[in-house]
Amino acid sequence: MTSNHMHDHGGDVNHVGADAMTGIRDWNTESIRRDFPILKREVNGTRLVYLDNAATSQKPVQVIAELTRYYRDYNANIHRGVHTLSQEATAAYEGVREKIARFIGAKRPEEIIFTRNTTEAINLVAHTWARANLQAGDEILISELEHHSNIVPWQMLRDERGIVLKYIPMLQDGTLDMAVARTLIGPKTKLLSITQMSNALGTIIPVRELADLAHAQGAIVLVDGAQGVPHLATDVTAIGADFLAFSAHKMLGPTGIGVLWGRYALLEAMPPFMGGGDMILSVTMEQSTWNDVPHKFEAGTPNIADTIAFGTAIDYLSALGMDAVHQHESDLLGYALDRMVDVPGITIYGPEDRSIRGGVLSFSLDGIHPHDIGQVLDSHGVAIRAGHHCAQPVMACLEIPATARASFYIYNTREEVDVLVDATREVVRFFGGVHA
Amino acid sequence: MPDAALEDLYREILLDHYRNPRHHGHLDAANHKADGANPLCGDQITIEATVNADGRIEDIAFSGAGCSISQASSSMMTVYVAGHTTAEALRAVETFQQMMLTGEAPSTAEQDLGDIEALAGVAKFPVRVKCASLAWKTLQQALQSQTAAAVTTDERSE
Repeated sequence: MTSNHMHDHGGDVNHVGADAMTGIRDWNTESIRRDFPILKREVNGTRLVYLDNAATSQKPVQVIAELTRYYRDYNANIHRGVHTLSQEATAAYEGVREKIARFIGAKRPEEIIFTRNTTEAINLVAHTWARANLQAGDEILISELEHHSNIVPWQMLRDERGIVLKYIPMLQDGTLDMAVARTLIGPKTKLLSITQMSNALGTIIPVRELADLAHAQGAIVLVDGAQGVPHLATDVTAIGADFLAFSAHKMLGPTGIGVLWGRYALLEAMPPFMGGGDMILSVTMEQSTWNDVPHKFEAGTPNIADTIAFGTAIDYLSALGMDAVHQHESDLLGYALDRMVDVPGITIYGPEDRSIRGGVLSFSLDGIHPHDIGQVLDSHGVAIRAGHHCAQPVMACLEIPATARASFYIYNTREEVDVLVDATREVVRFFGGVHA
Repeated sequence: MPDAALEDLYREILLDHYRNPRHHGHLDAANHKADGANPLCGDQITIEATVNADGRIEDIAFSGAGCSISQASSSMMTVYVAGHTTAEALRAVETFQQMMLTGEAPSTAEQDLGDIEALAGVAKFPVRVKCASLAWKTLQQALQSQTAAAVTTDERSE
């Protein structure tokens, strides 16, 4: 950010945010809630209780305002214009790279590559690094807890290249079988691609322990941070990642923007992803030469507005502090687990050990399909997810078709958990006497 | 209490079929069979039917698992089509699908679906239309299979 007007957040918007941005000792959920106008909405005649944060988070006024400000005040294409607006937009866009680098402990901003979302970030690695480095017979190791976006790209690569795809099994409590993991990681393992936190069950994965085992065999480690980065303090060095993928929209930012972080040396050696403008140094009729990292991976005009607004989301979370974010969610989850366990016929999935659970509560009710749970909860204004959560292997392992999932974020309250619990009891009453 | 729209979706007759499904199970001598699934919901159903030489559905059964809407719709469908000809049953499928599009019960007496019209309220909940329609689309597959042997059709494109 170089120009003054970009810091002019327009009075109220900035003030409310500053109020909330005071860190762990002063955590004030009510103050945070004032930054999220959507939470005042009514749904089906009752106050919205938004508990579908693992699908996407809501956006604070600061992020919404930054989107508008870009289009209103300095909309221009980046990296090409000599004019003032282009320079302002370029500075703002590149400034976000620096913010994100600091947020995840990356050594340099060039290691931040903007993608559409986590899925595209993982596919980028599959298309460039993996195609350049893997051969038939090489092994990719993932787990049964993965989201489909960290399964399907590797299945496609396996079918194309004859690579062997192996899965670390999950146990019934939603943790990984670490004993089997140790036997699966061997000299043929070239890539470990693992989630930081299960989206379906909330299990926090011992990524560092797995990464150390993989690195000892010379493998590369990709961490799917779609659920982890929005909810847990994440330092790429501390977790032992070589690549980290995550999305803005699950962490207060807009949809349509995601990140692939990679170690610079890896990125430098990788071939480009898509071809086009901005990713080249020079183009002749015969050939082209590639631009430097990260631009080599960002062909075409990028998602400038959403990237800049993502920067504001990072500011918001940074001011709260990610340890405080996690503590708030842990508190809510603990309260929710203590109350939900008494609902008749409930089964709660995921680890018993609450210290390895993120703010996700996945459950089912005897004889009541999760879709029916979701429908009745919606009539009480409670938004949850019902389904397989794009993690069908998890459902298969638990031998269930689907679960209902409540997931928490910074603006959720114990009062909202109370609404969830009461509404869930209402579901049981409504469908009571149903055959199992 | 749930609001009026919810009451409209989960009509008492529908909950009754969900709690006490009719024609649930398998047939010994089925000559028509199809599987259907809504992979996104995890709903899955198998329909078996015995159709006689005159093209009349002598017996029908459904099995599988799913939400209340899909299970109730399956149960009500089997009650309706048992004893009808396959041509009549296929016309009922068309009528049912029309009802899911419009949210209106059929207007003519010959299209009368009886209790099944309680499912018209589902049209107001677009994500649940798939649940209600699964049994009917699978019935269509089962009846249109020309072979006497069991046919498996996975409606994954749904």
